[in-house]
Amino acid sequence: MQWETVIGLEVHVQLLTRSKIFSGASTAYGAQPNSQACAGDIALPGTLPVLNRKAVEYAIRFGLAIGATINSPSVFDRKNYFYPDLPSGYQISQLAYPIVEGGHITIQMEDKEKIIHLTRAHLEEDAGKSTHEGFHDKTGIDLNRAGTGLLEIVSEPEMRSSAEAVAYAKTLHSLVRWIGICDGNMQEGSFRCDANVSVRPAGSKEFGTRCEIKNLNSFRFLEKAIEYEVARHIDVLESGGKLIQQTRLYDADRDETRAMRSKENAYDYRYFPNPDLLPVVIPEEWIEQIREQLPELPKDRYNRYIHDFGLTAYDADVLTATRELADYFEKTVQLLPEQSKLCANWVMGEVSGRLHKEELEIDQCLVSPEQLAGLLLRISDGTVSGKIAKDIFDSMWQGNGNSADAIIDAKNLRQISDDSEIGKWIDAVLTANQQQVADYRAGKEKAFNSLVGQVMKMSKGKANPAQVNALLKKRLAE
Amino acid sequence: MLNASLKQLSLLLSEKKISSAELAGEFLARIKALNPDLNAFITVDEEKSLKQAQAADKMIASGQFTALTGIPVAQKDMFCTKGWLTTCGSKMLSNFVSPYDAAVVNQLDRAGMVNLGKTNMDEFAMGSSNETSYYGPVKNPWDRQAVPGGSSGGSACAVAARLVPAATGSDTGGSIRQPAALCGISGIRPTYGLVSRYGMIALASSIDQAGPMAKSAEDLALLLNSMIGFDERDSTSLQREKENYTQDLEKSIDGLRIGLPREFFAEGISSDVSSAVETALAEYRKLGATFVEVSLPNSKHAVSVYCVLAAAEASSNLSRFDGIRYGYRTPHHTNLEDLYTKTRAEGFGDEVKRRILMGTHVLTHGCYETYYLQAQKLRRLITEDFIKAFEQCDVMMGPTSPTVAFNLGEKCADPTQMYLSDTYTCTVSLAGLPGMSIPIGFGNNKRPAGLQIIGNYFREALLLNTAHRYQQVTNWHELTPPGINL
Repeated sequence: MQWETVIGLEVHVQLLTRSKIFSGASTAYGAQPNSQACAGDIALPGTLPVLNRKAVEYAIRFGLAIGATINSPSVFDRKNYFYPDLPSGYQISQLAYPIVEGGHITIQMEDKEKIIHLTRAHLEEDAGKSTHEGFHDKTGIDLNRAGTGLLEIVSEPEMRSSAEAVAYAKTLHSLVRWIGICDGNMQEGSFRCDANVSVRPAGSKEFGTRCEIKNLNSFRFLEKAIEYEVARHIDVLESGGKLIQQTRLYDADRDETRAMRSKENAYDYRYFPNPDLLPVVIPEEWIEQIREQLPELPKDRYNRYIHDFGLTAYDADVLTATRELADYFEKTVQLLPEQSKLCANWVMGEVSGRLHKEELEIDQCLVSPEQLAGLLLRISDGTVSGKIAKDIFDSMWQGNGNSADAIIDAKNLRQISDDSEIGKWIDAVLTANQQQVADYRAGKEKAFNSLVGQVMKMSKGKANPAQVNALLKKRLAE
Repeated sequence: MLNASLKQLSLLLSEKKISSAELAGEFLARIKALNPDLNAFITVDEEKSLKQAQAADKMIASGQFTALTGIPVAQKDMFCTKGWLTTCGSKMLSNFVSPYDAAVVNQLDRAGMVNLGKTNMDEFAMGSSNETSYYGPVKNPWDRQAVPGGSSGGSACAVAARLVPAATGSDTGGSIRQPAALCGISGIRPTYGLVSRYGMIALASSIDQAGPMAKSAEDLALLLNSMIGFDERDSTSLQREKENYTQDLEKSIDGLRIGLPREFFAEGISSDVSSAVETALAEYRKLGATFVEVSLPNSKHAVSVYCVLAAAEASSNLSRFDGIRYGYRTPHHTNLEDLYTKTRAEGFGDEVKRRILMGTHVLTHGCYETYYLQAQKLRRLITEDFIKAFEQCDVMMGPTSPTVAFNLGEKCADPTQMYLSDTYTCTVSLAGLPGMSIPIGFGNNKRPAGLQIIGNYFREALLLNTAHRYQQVTNWHELTPPGINL
């Protein structure tokens, strides 16, 4: 039988606020255990939550970025359950009235676009962490993370493969970083995915029994976990078995998912409106203000790069992976608007390659867009060859801030396009390499490249390669 | 002096006729002598109190003082008090020393008041007789066989027995007004949101409200002046300009329209309380007030609504007491679940467990709509009744409690009877309105009776004015229980 995979994702995005969502404690990662948990975070008797305005602003920013409805009022509820890293015995979350409802995200699959609709996004607080290492026979509790603001983003079950799920997660990951509401650091748990997976016979309208795989903190694990789970579902169904609705955990070491709890054992969270917090009413003016400050979104830039700069879909996609990279590209191309393809090639090639090699981020790039544009100008006007340009780029990378022109002058790298000058080098090379000239004339094309190389070498790389080619061909044909 | 008003005490202090340390010493001596029998205090710390009194004396000497500086006060043990044991009347917090001060404690501290100790209360404020306290019941100073009311029974008893001139209380279903009535003192529950709940251990967050308890309306006004105010740490705290509650105390109440809710004078009210209320109303007629009958038809649902909502919120509020981070932890446990179960089974008393069970039940999937949501709808109807009735009157009056103080042990076996003693008070709480109780004489067995005065939102000044005018022509508030050795 043909099976269709159905996937919906719930993504927990840790908000980039300096303090926690309901207390003034710091959210910085990696501090000494329990050094960033204030009276409210450890739920001392009598403490009360106070909503962080910035967290609300970030949620609105996200809602506007995906074309969603911003609910006003939205309501905070208590989700009640006992766990040692949940100090108050309830998590403050939003059930019936989430701050963001609807909206969509467009994902790019090889040749086509696909729209994934979102159900909702709501604000909630994170729990602390239980650690089992270093406490013989005991469990350690670290409440530094308790109370950190999260935006839980829930998609409709509209993805049909692990590849689509990964594309969705990556697009979302890029978006939340792009609009500055999350640092996207998956190792530190700033972006965590839960995947709801089910299969159904192809063409069927009804959903199969779903399982939720919790806490997938890399795109690779997301992909592998879904693939494992889909195969498991098909196996069970094809062997005549029945699936049970479950929450499962992915074990990366063994590449399998394992049951955590089933629906029958699901908690009754006894949600009710949190009486310590009033419904959040959001003035229309505030929403408009946030909308005005919203940066141009990746999708819009992507389209603009294709239409205005004539880039390929692939180039536009790569260049809009992060806002910083796109900004770098854009600053460069603004200085050299006629050479957008050249700019794109260099940003994706030389610049990105060098950053990758040195493990730097684009905002740490040692060559500024101004320097790069200056260099690319000299390639486009024939002053230097692409090869010399790479040497100049290396020289710029030393970080002295010199312009391409300054380096060209200082090192006398200007490309030589004078026919008579090049002619002299050609004469010298032809005289010294009679054998290769004979080979070429006998039909060995390879010999030509060798001759070009020798001319270039003689010119210390400064000869215009196109001219060398043309002149050499002409001479050999004589 | 033990029977002096706060104003008189302030005068004695500012004229340096007595020092705050002497005053504190005198009351502490009374606590030492009488508390073993009355059990009004859970914690007394003479050293801490005297240190605070000395600081107050310095404030007075330097001329930097308020109308409350140097005056002793007692804090209900549900207010977190830095460096003091804060038990909330429970074994669960029997070892809990708060690292911070509640907003109310902080404000009275800043005014220069001297904390004489933490008063006994029903466990987690759940009770109307002070018998659910882990620290044992408080006795009514008017009659040691009788309960003082609850949950602020320790505060009410302490003020009535003149162990302290004033105390703080908290009122959810009637926990300030009912014990005030049963102990023959005055107490006010302000409009919800007027006094910060920060640091007040929560029973039912949407209903809890702190307020002062003292001998007279005038004392309450002085205390309230220092207790109110917006607090950014409490999101339900109201942002509004502070009022001065003492400035209009003397205003005439000639022409005051008093609403008498029909439902408060129907069946359930005992005849002794009823006749005390009638006598008080006659006094108001002499002061020029007029009467109009009003109706609060939905108030008959108040106790049920209150039970559902307060229990729901409490069941969640009390989840944090799990033995993990602070408070009581069972000494023997085999795993996490066992730790939770035993800690909570051993740390909480019966009434607390009953309400956690009830609250958990009404929030359970399938019950939420039938109980919790239904109760929220009725709460709105109860509130609308009041808003409508206040179109016809300035204040409302009725009994605070349907009976005078009952005997210790009398209602312990029947929680429903106990809940019904909050009938007239919890309906006001659900609407978030201000209400107060003042002593108006005695009923059966010479036990005190109280008059409840209910105001519209933010009409505390009018309530206090109304009560004060009555106390200018009566002396119930000045009477002291027999045999307390004044």
